Amino acid sequence: MIEVEDLTVRFGKGKAAVTAVDGVSFTVRTGEAFGLVGESGCGKTTILRALAGLNEDWSGLVRIDGKQLMPKRERAFYKLVQIVFQDPYGSLHPRFTVNGTLMEPIKIHDLDRPDERIDRVLRQVGLGPAFRFRYPHQLSGGQRQRVAIARALILEPKLMLLDEPTSALDVSVQAEILNLLTDIRDSTGLTFLLVSHDLSVVSHMCDRLAVMNQGRIYEELTVEDLVQRRYRETYTRQLFEASLGYDKRLSTAQVKALDEAGA
Amino acid sequence: MITPLLEVEGLSVTFKTPHRLVRAVRDISFAVGKEKVGIVGESGSGKSVTGRAILKLTPGNGTVSARRMQFEEIDLANASETEMLNVRGKRIGMILQDPKFSLDPVMRAGDQIAEALPPGLTKAEARERVLEVLEAVQIRNPKRVYDLYPHECSGGMGQRVMIAMMLVPEPKLLIADEPTSALDVTVRMQVLAILDDLVERRGLGLMFISHDLNLVATFCDRVLIMYAGRIVEECKASELRQATHPYTQGLLASLPRIGDRRKRLATLVRDPAWAL
Repeated sequence: MIEVEDLTVRFGKGKAAVTAVDGVSFTVRTGEAFGLVGESGCGKTTILRALAGLNEDWSGLVRIDGKQLMPKRERAFYKLVQIVFQDPYGSLHPRFTVNGTLMEPIKIHDLDRPDERIDRVLRQVGLGPAFRFRYPHQLSGGQRQRVAIARALILEPKLMLLDEPTSALDVSVQAEILNLLTDIRDSTGLTFLLVSHDLSVVSHMCDRLAVMNQGRIYEELTVEDLVQRRYRETYTRQLFEASLGYDKRLSTAQVKALDEAGA
Repeated sequence: MITPLLEVEGLSVTFKTPHRLVRAVRDISFAVGKEKVGIVGESGSGKSVTGRAILKLTPGNGTVSARRMQFEEIDLANASETEMLNVRGKRIGMILQDPKFSLDPVMRAGDQIAEALPPGLTKAEARERVLEVLEAVQIRNPKRVYDLYPHECSGGMGQRVMIAMMLVPEPKLLIADEPTSALDVTVRMQVLAILDDLVERRGLGLMFISHDLNLVATFCDRVLIMYAGRIVEECKASELRQATHPYTQGLLASLPRIGDRRKRLATLVRDPAWAL
């Protein structure tokens, strides 16, 4: 579904240029859920934005569904690929009702039977038609994220890009949204590319993952490898250990190690 | 139990909004000694409001009432604003979530820390004290960090500057409101190790407010679980997994874990009775 070769994204010019993504390559098979994990600033969201066509300034080779991508995208591309953003408070138009938000893609792509589509997609995300004429401020964070997912689903895409879809939500709501995404994948066979800083979320949702740091992919491994602690990189181990909670011995050792490195 | 530094009985915080009264904290009682006490809950559970109410930093539309709020020899419940000035920062320190917003952006880190020093020190003495406290929070090159502006500090560094600033007046109790949520996981562990070390070596009490159950369970000594303005459960952090309240159990079950092969996560079914 996705083939990325040597993707590089730079911001700024001359001396101030920052290489946010530095020659990244990976492949995601059709129907697979693939995770990109890393800490803030590692370039994971930048990759997603380049794939989604939100940033036209990149170099490298990207094929989605067999077609090579140009920096500028055609309308048909967006019917194939949709994105769900992190913050459901920022990604919905505050003056649009749920209906308005969902009508937009229908109009752009000139789809038939809008009412039927909206009703169906609202049921699919567990909201139901009663929510159709509500405004975002009348919805909870979890409900808003469901609307954002509905907006992505309404075009019946083949690939869904998920940018930290639950990190702005409470854990109990996170569980509901993750379950919803699992159900959607089971029923539609969608391909997921999930970006998250949370190793446990990625391990729950994905089949394979890539660990990123400073714009590069450090290593790629299956979730099974991760569970069995078959990682090669120290950085992956640190992320893994941190996800288990606080460990006095390990953390003190880390502070010491940094001290000695004089970083 | 350890001799308490802070004892709170029957604390309630109510906010007046144009439409209704919001009872954010409802009649809670707890004590904090020289230990790490975690307060966990989801957004809106009242955990941050509790932390602020102890320092009487509740906004104008809120009222705090408590049958008793005793911090060492000070009766916080009936303390005047003038008395509170001697408590805030001096006896009870507060660490907030994001150093980007809580440090002064136009003042060098060292000078900000120096503001917390008692008056009457010479410039050289003040600088010496600041460098000492920067070292106490494991900053490797304190002389360099002294001259940095907040935007030149990384998140972990900024948070350490903030902790350093809080340590200068040698408080007995630290209230940390999501002190590591804005930090990357690896840096987070270092900041926690520093806090842990300070609690142990200086005999501080720490109130650690967080939404992260896993972190609290592994970092703190005791945990209070808040829901809808009440403490629904209190237990030893090491025994959090054996918690008995259905809300706590529900929260724990909804967390994804590495190596857990459940296809679906348990979702929380909220019982209205929990909020009574």
